[in-house]
Amino acid sequence: MIQEKFIITENKPLNAKIMLMRLSGNAPDIRAGQFINIKIDGLFLRRPISVCDYDGNEITVIYKIVGVGTEKMSKMRVGSALDVLLPLGNGYDLSCSGDKPLLIGAGVGIPPLYYLAKRLIAQGKKVTALLGYHSGNDVFLRGEFWRAGARVLAVTSDGSLGLKGRVTDHMADIDYTHFYTCGPEGMLKGVYEKSVTSGQFSFEERMGCGFGACMGCSCKTITGYKRICKDGPVLFKEEILW
Amino acid sequence: MVDTSVDLCGIRLSNPVIPASGTFGYGYEFAELYDINMLGTFSFKGTTLQPRFGNPTPRIAECTAGMINSVGLQNPGVDKVISEELPRLSRFFNKKVMANVGGFSIEEYAECASRLDKCDIVGWLEINISCPNVHGGGMSFGTSPLAAAEVTRAVKKAVNKPVIIKLSPNVTDIAAIASACEGEGADGVSLINTLLGMRIDLKTKKPIIANRKGGFSGEAIFPIALRMVNDVYSAVKIPVVGIGGVASAENVIEMMLAGATAVEVGAANLVEPFACKNIIEALPLTMEKYNINSLSEIIGGANG
Ligand SMILES: Cc1cc2nc3c(=O)[nH]c(=O)nc-3n(C[C@H](O)[C@H](O)[C@H](O)COP(=O)(O)OP(=O)(O)OC[C@H]3O[C@@H](n4cnc5c(N)ncnc54)[C@H](O)[C@@H]3O)c2cc1C
Ligand SMILES: Cc1cc2nc3c(=O)[nH]c(=O)nc-3n(C[C@H](O)[C@H](O)[C@H](O)COP(=O)(O)O)c2cc1C
Ligand code: FES
Repeated sequence: MIQEKFIITENKPLNAKIMLMRLSGNAPDIRAGQFINIKIDGLFLRRPISVCDYDGNEITVIYKIVGVGTEKMSKMRVGSALDVLLPLGNGYDLSCSGDKPLLIGAGVGIPPLYYLAKRLIAQGKKVTALLGYHSGNDVFLRGEFWRAGARVLAVTSDGSLGLKGRVTDHMADIDYTHFYTCGPEGMLKGVYEKSVTSGQFSFEERMGCGFGACMGCSCKTITGYKRICKDGPVLFKEEILW
Repeated sequence: MVDTSVDLCGIRLSNPVIPASGTFGYGYEFAELYDINMLGTFSFKGTTLQPRFGNPTPRIAECTAGMINSVGLQNPGVDKVISEELPRLSRFFNKKVMANVGGFSIEEYAECASRLDKCDIVGWLEINISCPNVHGGGMSFGTSPLAAAEVTRAVKKAVNKPVIIKLSPNVTDIAAIASACEGEGADGVSLINTLLGMRIDLKTKKPIIANRKGGFSGEAIFPIALRMVNDVYSAVKIPVVGIGGVASAENVIEMMLAGATAVEVGAANLVEPFACKNIIEALPLTMEKYNINSLSEIIGGANG
């Protein structure tokens, strides 16, 4: 982990509640599924956000405005500096993807899967992305997955775009060797129950530090206690206690 | 050259800055960032006789200029700390460390402290008496002078190294409790532990912390901590370690003027991982700015 100042080069809305922020600076190597912890002026705790894309010295994050911190982030100006701790967490293990990995995400669980998709595709894997949104108006990143070379299946709750229902309703129709997932806990649990292969889940927890020092984010797993921020956020299906 | 060194219960510290228990783990995460040998020492995660998972999550809630935690003393238990954590620590930390001890009965405190007392790397035993007494209706040992005295007596009997009793601020008269500990031979006191606090999520209308409430700490508590340090300093002769909201070299100096011999830094480490390094590096210039040649000479200066 390092502490680094990044310059905001872009901060734009993708839809009513979701923003994309691009940061430029001295980024160390980042693995798919890792996150950064952002200092926000006037707030005590940093805000953990997953890396959506990374290319050496530029980091992209996509965040949803849900409270005071993300609200402040949405008002940050291009050109201003951001104090960031990174890279944090274990990230996804790409080595067990098999030939046909399935990426399952919903809402702001989708962004970290984009960087993962790019990495897997670069390794010659046939990636399917099953992406869940509320409605057609909320859709973001779908085109980027497609342009990166993934087969994309969008699912909306109201059926206004793509398939109708929940992402977990459509898993059975897909042939996959391993899965990677990130999203709301209810969806993760659904994936846990419906999945027919091994896979990896990315979890969220309220964090004090984000780098393993405070035990604020611990959870129990089959292999013992784990800190979501340091030993996670990615856990394998086989170690999850549900 | 200014002199930042202080003497804490017979052990010389190159500077008074000590990361507080529970905010520095066993040092590894920070050792990856900077050479932690620059610290005066640090107090490791509260250790109990048995392993503990601690409380359910969410354990963390944000507050204005601070945070609430309800970790619940998660730790691998004293035997694992001694067999795994301390040997690993000794590979990159060549100073004496402060062993923070938690307990739920008098016997447990004494037994846990006695096992840590035998470890070479341990310099001091810091006894956290904010834990609930399972035999005392769950009331914390730290809220009664009698119970605090009892813990002190039992621990002092069980160990040879200096014993620092870490006091709870959730009391009406913290100086009376400090005096009770001094009366049983405590070598020092450290204060304050966290203040009981609570936050409610307006969206769910329920407490944010799974255990409803937790310990409030961070910059917001500095004035309260400073006042309590001064109250205790005025009441006892043993060294006082000042804790609570410290985030700058100025705060360290202020704590020492109030009566602290050394100063612990807690929550600041979590949000600013280089906090202690930055404070230590800023100390000499800050001392010069305020015409201070030697930190040990200013202890309790505000009372003079
Ligand atoms: C590892 C990880 C990766 C994440 N990646 C993303 C991402 O890529 N995009 C995105 O939009 N969101 C992501 N989140 C969630 C994001 O951290 C929260 O939405 C954000 O912290 C909310 O801050 P706020 O001040 O706007 O909300 P508030 O509700 O005002 O925040 C109050 C406190 O609660 C914490 N908090 C609130 N919601 C969450 C949550 N869901 N998870 C953890 N802490 C929370 C905040 O950090 C803050 O400390 C991630 C969370 C984690 C743990
Ligand atoms: C996440 C967290 C965990 C803590 N764990 C312990 C502990 O195990 N033992 C202890 O004596 N104090 C513990 N504390 C209290 C701190 O050591 C310190 O007394 C308190 O936080 C006040 O200092 P601060 O305002 O600088 O944080 C903890 C504090 C925090 C924030
Ligand atoms: S948030 Fe501090 S250990 Fe995970």
